[in-house]
Amino acid sequence: MGLITPEFGLIFWQLIIFGLLFFLLSKFAWKPIVNSLNEREASIDEAIKLAETTRKEMADLKAGNDQLIAEARQERDALIKQAKEAADAMIAQAKNDAQNAANAEIEKARTAFEQEKNAAVASIRKEAAVLSLDLAEKVLKSQLKDKDAQEKLVSEWMKEVSL
Amino acid sequence: MSNLAKVFNPKMYFSNILLGVLISFLSFHGYAQEDHASATATTEGHEVVADSTQHGEAKAEAGAEEKFDAGKLILHHIADEHDWHLFTLGHFHATIPLPVIVYTESKGLNVFMSSNFQNEHHEEVPYNGFVLEHGKIHAENGEKVWDISITKNVASMLISAILLLTIFIGIGRRYAENPHRAPKGIQSLFEPIILFVRDEIAINNIGKKHYKRFMPYLLTIFFFIWFNNMLGLIPGGANVTGNIAITMVLAVIAFFVTNFNGKSTYWTHIFAMPGVPKWMLVILTPVEIIGIFMKPFSLMVRLFANLTSGHIILLSLVSLIFIFKSAFLGFAVVPFSLFMNVIELIVAFIQAFIFTMLVSTYIGAAIEEHHH
Repeated sequence: MGLITPEFGLIFWQLIIFGLLFFLLSKFAWKPIVNSLNEREASIDEAIKLAETTRKEMADLKAGNDQLIAEARQERDALIKQAKEAADAMIAQAKNDAQNAANAEIEKARTAFEQEKNAAVASIRKEAAVLSLDLAEKVLKSQLKDKDAQEKLVSEWMKEVSL
Repeated sequence: MSNLAKVFNPKMYFSNILLGVLISFLSFHGYAQEDHASATATTEGHEVVADSTQHGEAKAEAGAEEKFDAGKLILHHIADEHDWHLFTLGHFHATIPLPVIVYTESKGLNVFMSSNFQNEHHEEVPYNGFVLEHGKIHAENGEKVWDISITKNVASMLISAILLLTIFIGIGRRYAENPHRAPKGIQSLFEPIILFVRDEIAINNIGKKHYKRFMPYLLTIFFFIWFNNMLGLIPGGANVTGNIAITMVLAVIAFFVTNFNGKSTYWTHIFAMPGVPKWMLVILTPVEIIGIFMKPFSLMVRLFANLTSGHIILLSLVSLIFIFKSAFLGFAVVPFSLFMNVIELIVAFIQAFIFTMLVSTYIGAAIEEHHH
């Protein structure tokens, strides 16, 4: 029976010891421990969430960057193409102009040459006429006696002179 | 992120710790048990001698050959006592005297050491009008004695209280310094257990909304019971949690905590169970009212019986050697009692867990605001 009869002294002391233990532990141990554990868990959760959002933001940013780069590249290609076209056009224009100018110059030269040539021919004709007149004078002077010979000579010279 | 989850997984920690605790106790206990056994046997022999000379019943030949009474030995060991008997070697008694505090109406409060009840031959003698008989103090004039002595169990409980206070206030200070720091040393031993009490016991049974209010109480009973269970397993330790007075106080506190927190739903379910025909209430209400008292009563008996039976099994196994008077039996008994001791270590934890678990389910049922 002694085994299952509660002792008064034990009950008395246990109430005191357990009460004090509960009070002291609650105040100095359980309160900081439980609060800290909750706080730590909350901060870990927060950190994980933050990491997640940061990662998402980084991904978004990267996608944006990629798009920007692609756009820039496209624009660059367009610009280069445009520039090339412009340059080609300019070169073609320049070529054309040069050709025209050259042609005009040649034409001008040709006209000038023709004029010169005509002038030269006219001048030669004039010279020839003078020359023939001189010759005729000389012939006339030297061979006036022989009329036949004179005529023959004149016709021969004339043949020669006709050009 | 998965790494983080692994680091903070309390279950993984927990199993590792349990294993570690078991292994650390294994070696120490196995060897200590034998010592304990021989010591207790000698003690018993002696007490019988002392008893017989005092009562003048047994004869002179009753000496070392005294008949071994296992039942008496075991009951003596699981009971409370006024001094802390560690072991006896021949005529040397290693006993720590404890203060006796008694109150009677005529003499008032008396405080003296328990060693005063023994003379130099270790015979029980009266002191100051008080006699110690079978572990109880009586007044010689037959008065009612209020005995609030620091007995072995009280002393053991004080040791556990000091242990609990030093460990957990120390840990608490570390948490208060910086809650974000990773646990270290003894803190990392107890953190998973505290988390276990919080997540598996408190939150599971009481719910996220109210559990915080009961955490200090649940943690206190859990560690109080567990520490006292463990201290009881040390050879020479007191059987604190296997004492009916201790478990009774714990149960009564649980009773008050549960019923003082009872919400209207709880009381309606007891006095007017909804959805039951009126005439049935005549039977049901008394059953429910008995239930209020049965719950803490079962808490009291469960803890008391489990711890006491564990001690009885261990002591019985060791007593076998002396009953059969064969040292060779030790080869069978020692491994088996070692095995039982390890089981008792698990029981120490499980009983603390079950007690806390059941209290939290009772609280959970009491504060539930639930509609069918």
